[in-house]
Amino acid sequence: MNTITIIDYGIGNLNSVANMIRYVGGKCIISSDLDTIVKAEKLLLPGVGAFDMGMSKLTSSGIKDLLNDLVIQRGIPILGICLGMQLMTQKSAEGELEGLGWIEAEVKKFTFNGEMNLKIPHMGWNNVEVSKDNLLIKEGEHKEHRFYFVHSYFVDAKNTTDIMCLTRYGHDFCSAFSHQNIFGVQFHPEKSHKYGMSLMKKFIQI
Amino acid sequence: MLLHRVIPVLLLKNNGLVKTTRFKDPKYVGDPINAIKIFNDKEVDELLVLDILASKYQNEPNFELIEQIAGECFMPLAYGGGVTTFEQAKRLFSLGIEKVCLQTSAIENPSLITKLAEYYGSQSIVVSVDIKKNWLGKYELYHSSKSKIVVLNWKEFLKKIIEAGAGEIVLNAVDKDGTLSGPDLELIKMASALSKVPLVAIGGVSSLLDIKAAIGAGASAVAAGAYFIYHGPHRAVLITYPKRHELQSLFN
Repeated sequence: MNTITIIDYGIGNLNSVANMIRYVGGKCIISSDLDTIVKAEKLLLPGVGAFDMGMSKLTSSGIKDLLNDLVIQRGIPILGICLGMQLMTQKSAEGELEGLGWIEAEVKKFTFNGEMNLKIPHMGWNNVEVSKDNLLIKEGEHKEHRFYFVHSYFVDAKNTTDIMCLTRYGHDFCSAFSHQNIFGVQFHPEKSHKYGMSLMKKFIQI
Repeated sequence: MLLHRVIPVLLLKNNGLVKTTRFKDPKYVGDPINAIKIFNDKEVDELLVLDILASKYQNEPNFELIEQIAGECFMPLAYGGGVTTFEQAKRLFSLGIEKVCLQTSAIENPSLITKLAEYYGSQSIVVSVDIKKNWLGKYELYHSSKSKIVVLNWKEFLKKIIEAGAGEIVLNAVDKDGTLSGPDLELIKMASALSKVPLVAIGGVSSLLDIKAAIGAGASAVAAGAYFIYHGPHRAVLITYPKRHELQSLFN
């Protein structure tokens, strides 16, 4: 079984993710050290916070260049969670900096008119609809697929073939994407009971 | 669809779980880790764990116990009690807490809200606004760790902490705590009209219809203690939580 390297770039709740990986029988380490990350067999990019803060920490630590090499050149599987997913896109309305640009997508802010009575952030449990066959969420495995979300910005993917799941909040948005070895989820599997456990187990098995 | 969150509140006293009535008379109800495991099985939306003595005795959060709790908790977890510094909050986040809840510090040092919100984002910073009626029946801000009413207009306080960066408000009706006598809908209406951030109503909930009424009055989410911990007229300790289909039909 591969060890998952959880990238510590100074933001995010890393122990929650590690707790769940271990609970479902996986192995993981948390690291910010380039010499350790370079040996990763599988990667996890967590993150909570602002887009520019995330990108500038990835860049200044040298992790960005290393990730480009590992993920794009060497095809190491990676799962981005929440901000980690958003950083994989080209750009975000939340900031000025360029994203990692692995997925043709941009990050937009939720805007609702007053009549819709929808609060921002989108916080709580919501359903995801599986829109393509994928390695992480199997249609029909549970009666429904529910995950915990907390975010004010959402991913708008340009290629529908990249969209793995859709979720409705005011409108449909891409709540998970996958492209070859790259996976991103807007929700928090590490905080989503058995639904998150199934997803994490499948990522461990890839 | 996004359902309104229904959140069990667990009160810690030393290493045990207790339940209070009107913020007084803590009664031992069980072991926290055991309770968390049960709430995991019941797939609860979120948990709020509050240490009721930490601020009172100016103790630090019980990091060892919180680490154990976080390690067992596969749903979002908010913690409150004794958080007075940025470093303490940082340590809580690193242990696996999603949200830090401030009460005493929000009254005494509101700049901590801003500092934490800037670093971790507003969604991680919850402020508990505890409201008690005075002898004239007027709502007042209550300082729980000192067990006294604060001379501060509670509506102004609510606006101030949201401006400071609170991403969520826990509205705690002190006179309703542990009474199972229904939520204070008037209070929820007043507070939600002033709050642009999600408002979690606590106090008095005793049924699914109470939850619905609190949401109808403007709460984004409802939290409860006694309702999920006690069963029957003799208050036997039995942990329960509404079934998924019950909540779905309640909100649809």
